[in-house]
Amino acid sequence: MEIPYTVEVRPDTGLSNGKLGVWLFLASEVMLFAALFSSYILLRVGSTEWPRGAEELSVPMAFFNTIVLITSSVTMVMSWASLKMNDFGKFRMYLGATILLSFVFLVVKYFEYSHHLHAGEGPWHNTYYAIYFTITGLHGLHILGGIVVNGYLLGPGAKMWKTQKERFTNRVEIAGLYWHFVDLVWIFLFPVLYLL
Amino acid sequence: MDAHAVDDIRSHVKTYLMIFGALMVLTMVTVGVSYLHLPVAMAIAVALVVATIKGSLVALYFMHLNHERKLIYYVLALTAVFFIFMMFVPLFTNMDKITQRY
Repeated sequence: MEIPYTVEVRPDTGLSNGKLGVWLFLASEVMLFAALFSSYILLRVGSTEWPRGAEELSVPMAFFNTIVLITSSVTMVMSWASLKMNDFGKFRMYLGATILLSFVFLVVKYFEYSHHLHAGEGPWHNTYYAIYFTITGLHGLHILGGIVVNGYLLGPGAKMWKTQKERFTNRVEIAGLYWHFVDLVWIFLFPVLYLL
Repeated sequence: MDAHAVDDIRSHVKTYLMIFGALMVLTMVTVGVSYLHLPVAMAIAVALVVATIKGSLVALYFMHLNHERKLIYYVLALTAVFFIFMMFVPLFTNMDKITQRY
């Protein structure tokens, strides 16, 4: 059975099903992170003292990771634009760069985590570290999810380009929407956890 | 893909690179401001305003929300309402005057 409205738009929504689907998914993701941000506010307002992020965490590492993630968002949108311009070679280069940058982000995060864990500053250390590990951990899992999807589109999933160009381009666009959301969350996490 | 569409995408690419530059500058602003050691309320306000500008740039240009179908705007408007409500939930805990008397 063929999946309907993968390329052509559905008359009643004005959208392809995949695009509407991913936006609904992102709406639920906003609420997931909203719950954690809300918990952060409650914990911070309710505590008698709260450490300054910059004194606990490494701002240069997080600054570097912010640059990495923003750059990966640009390479992601460029990979989609390359497909739109019918340039499959450039698409592979840009999507490959996106995946590479995702790994760079995770490696930096690994060094940050291991530094804190060796110093005995795990999630059990205090409320600040508990919420720090919870939110960045969930965000890290989203990065991992993005690597899996983008890895599929660069690897086995790329076969679709030969047979259904437009459908494949839509898939890359949808994966991009998710990836930009992950970048967007980090844009808020960075100042909230590291700088304030 | 016709030539007109390709030209259209080329102009998009230029926009993406400009947004990239703006995001880099704003990231530096965020970090720079944190070294000024502003009073906490002021620091939070500045950091959130800059983050909101950056987030909007990503959503408008990279996620193409500057020209999208109405249905997506409706979905996002509803999400925004619930998001704002969620941010005020911690405040409601301070409104419980009965238990706070003891």
